[in-house]
Amino acid sequence: MPAQLLSSLAKLLPESALLTSEEALRPYECDGLSVYRGLPFAVALPETMEQAQSIIQLCKQLNTPVIARGAGTGLAGGAMPTKDAVVLSLAKFNQIIEVDVDNRTATVQPGVRNLAISEAVVEHGLYYAPDPSSQIACTIGGNVAENSGGVHCLKYGLTVHNVLGLKFLTMDGELIELGGKALDNAGYDVLALLHGSEGLLGVIVEVTVKLLPKPEMAQVCMAMFDDIEKAGQAVCDVIAAGIVPAGLEMMDSLAIQAAEAYAQVGYPTDVAAIVLCEVDGTAHGVNDYIEKVEAVLTGAGAVETRISQNEEQRLQFWAGRKAAFPAVGRLAPDYYCMDGTIPKARLAEVLKQIAAWSDAFGLPVANVFHAGDGNMHPLILYDANKAGELEKTEAFGKKILELCVQVGGTITGEHGVGVEKLDAMCVQFGKTELEQFFAIKDAFDDKRLLNPGKAVPTLHRCAELGRMHVHNGELPHPELDRF
Amino acid sequence: MADISEKLQQQVMQAYENDTPLNIIGGNSKAWYGREPQGEPLYVSGHSGIVNDMPSELVITVRAGTKLSEIAGALDKHGQRLPFDPPYFGEDATIGGTVACNFSGPRRPYAGSCRDFMLGCTMLNGKGEKLRFGGEVMKNVAGFDVSRLMAGSMGTLGVLLDVSLKILPHRLAEQTVVIDAGFKQAIKLMNHWAGTPLPVTAMCADGNLVYFRICGTPSAVERSMRDIGGSIYEDGKAFWKDLREHQLDFFQSDAPLYRLSVPPAAAFEPLAGTTEHDWFVGWGGAQRWLKSDVDFAVVQSYAQKLGGHAKLLRGGDREAEVFPPLAPALMALHKQLKHSFDPKGLLNPGRMYKDL
Ligand SMILES: Cc1cc2nc3c(=O)[nH]c(=O)nc-3n(C[C@H](O)[C@H](O)[C@H](O)COP(=O)(O)OP(=O)(O)OC[C@H]3O[C@@H](n4cnc5c(N)ncnc54)[C@H](O)[C@@H]3O)c2cc1C
Repeated sequence: MPAQLLSSLAKLLPESALLTSEEALRPYECDGLSVYRGLPFAVALPETMEQAQSIIQLCKQLNTPVIARGAGTGLAGGAMPTKDAVVLSLAKFNQIIEVDVDNRTATVQPGVRNLAISEAVVEHGLYYAPDPSSQIACTIGGNVAENSGGVHCLKYGLTVHNVLGLKFLTMDGELIELGGKALDNAGYDVLALLHGSEGLLGVIVEVTVKLLPKPEMAQVCMAMFDDIEKAGQAVCDVIAAGIVPAGLEMMDSLAIQAAEAYAQVGYPTDVAAIVLCEVDGTAHGVNDYIEKVEAVLTGAGAVETRISQNEEQRLQFWAGRKAAFPAVGRLAPDYYCMDGTIPKARLAEVLKQIAAWSDAFGLPVANVFHAGDGNMHPLILYDANKAGELEKTEAFGKKILELCVQVGGTITGEHGVGVEKLDAMCVQFGKTELEQFFAIKDAFDDKRLLNPGKAVPTLHRCAELGRMHVHNGELPHPELDRF
Repeated sequence: MADISEKLQQQVMQAYENDTPLNIIGGNSKAWYGREPQGEPLYVSGHSGIVNDMPSELVITVRAGTKLSEIAGALDKHGQRLPFDPPYFGEDATIGGTVACNFSGPRRPYAGSCRDFMLGCTMLNGKGEKLRFGGEVMKNVAGFDVSRLMAGSMGTLGVLLDVSLKILPHRLAEQTVVIDAGFKQAIKLMNHWAGTPLPVTAMCADGNLVYFRICGTPSAVERSMRDIGGSIYEDGKAFWKDLREHQLDFFQSDAPLYRLSVPPAAAFEPLAGTTEHDWFVGWGGAQRWLKSDVDFAVVQSYAQKLGGHAKLLRGGDREAEVFPPLAPALMALHKQLKHSFDPKGLLNPGRMYKDL
């Protein structure tokens, strides 16, 4: 079979568009979560829709898994290859097909980078709102597949709120068109369903995004706190005051120190937390709101506040936050990025528990959050070369995710499940939900060939794990043996 | 204010056992919408009440039978609202029915639609299994996004038991201004202002006037009014409410009412056989209503030419299809999805499409 697959693929693609040697496959062995690795059978880099279609049809015929891949910046192992699979890279689908200024849309191929869209429309005073920190590298196809967020999604929404139309290929190689430039689409909201589907339901081959007018002005208020609980409460107070910030972010002391050492942006390094709150819009609205923001943060106990006085300073305030990941990366050989989301009111409590576990495990944690929407990114510092440390880190991470579910939150706010959080899915969902997920999967892909083994754990796996998702007071999976 | 989810679950399980089609009824305020309802009534309005109201989280969780008016009242107490501005179409309108129809009001292009604010739901599938998807937090990518899929599925995929929605604060000030303009000019004007950062939160045109609603801080509203020009429309609040509820004179007609969803800047050329008086343009150009006896197929192909689609909103032949036709592959996918939730096809059969 492998020989037949190979020779058939070779007939469909030019030589340069088919990678099979170990050396050529190496760069594809993992995504941004490099602890999970594997080489695929082959990597195909189609240039045309017809090529993509025929690769998929061939794979279906030969029962070969297909793993779509954008830029490989995913943080959950979603694009990680398996040895029986063909990786379908969308790297050559990299054209901006149309910018429609009147309707404020851009239609692009899936391999176009997130930031490239905003760059292409800046001359019209427009931009594409979702701004994951990886936006210089990640692709819009990957963004759709993960339903990615960014610093500004509290006000402007996630990817799903900013996409009007999609074209995707089913595992039969059929091209399906959803929506367009109108505000809503006909039939079921399959468009929404594909967002965050992690390559399990279809291969996205074209995306029409909504463009927004650039705000006239933006200003940031940076507030320093000597106590992390007060900072957590301050975040709730801003929202309760009726303000919808464009961004509302928070960092703890370890993250602040790392960011300051790395980027030298003038963060005070002796505080427990920094809250960054941005408002944007028309100059008048921004002036009104930024004063209110400052008053609320001061009222919540900030020891100091600073308001950006110009664009340069605004960017400087953000620079430290934006550099937080690489900055923390310098503190230890490795770090493990968590992505749980919790109700904001539980922030202080969850942070305390994480700190206690950090001591118990002997693993430092730096906390960076999209605080406005409760999306936490605790970064656990470890050294993969030390025996047992990765396992310890993963055990710590799982505890954090379980805690997120316990306080009414979720195991992943924006990075997705991939292979990484399959076990945590057993905590969040019960048998009936998992079965429904598989039923949905089967509706799109009856042979389960699209990115198999990702995003949704099998019932068997959950049972083996013995995870007790207690659903309506019932024990999960009573029909399955426990090991 | 009661939790009758167990009773509802029993009823759906019973129906599954006996192959009984069910007609899911909330406040019964939208019985006129979609194809003709069929099946034994399943009354959900008794399942009502606010389960969790979390102003500082910007989240509210309510049972599906809760009246929109009750939700609006509760949110208003702490200066908040449902951002998508749902039409009621009747005092008894419930949130479950609103989500099932994915109905959103004049604010939709600028704030988002009902589905955009769905964070989670508990539902019964066609087998009577109780399922919970999403949650009460703003960002959540664990598992397929079934909550959003439920919005607009017309009760054909499941019975909603409760929904969690993102909420937003009221704006501080609001003003409506009007400018004389025919449809063509109105569409140009609306798209021009939509392309600027001014806090416009509703725009529509009736063929004589174009209406702009501006919301924000008092100074931002004042400055936007200066930029846009025109004259103040005194009774703005009532106007937008009447538009949302289809109470304007335009909507008082016995002719079938079509609703077109098109790219907002699509040029206005009245369809052959209609006059400008038969049209009303909302959502800054993206939603256009037509009252006319013209054939649905003709309206449909007209909408498609503009890059959108049309549905028969009110009146007309509800035995035939009323929603936009789907390409064969997409329809096949719809049937498989329907089957995955409701294998015996018992939930609101035919309410959305004949074969769903
Ligand atoms: C430094 C750093 C910062 C980050 N910051 C953020 C952030 O702020 N917010 C955030 O949300 N994420 C963030 N991420 C995560 C990541 O960038 C996003 O998940 C991004 O959307 C992945 O895009 P990609 O093109 O790299 O996709 P990949 O990693 O290649 O793929 C991701 C998943 O999507 C599937 N996929 C890719 N393309 C397609 C397609 N065309 N059709 C179907 N399925 C497809 C893959 O199979 C895989 O399951 C960050 C990552 C890094 C490394």
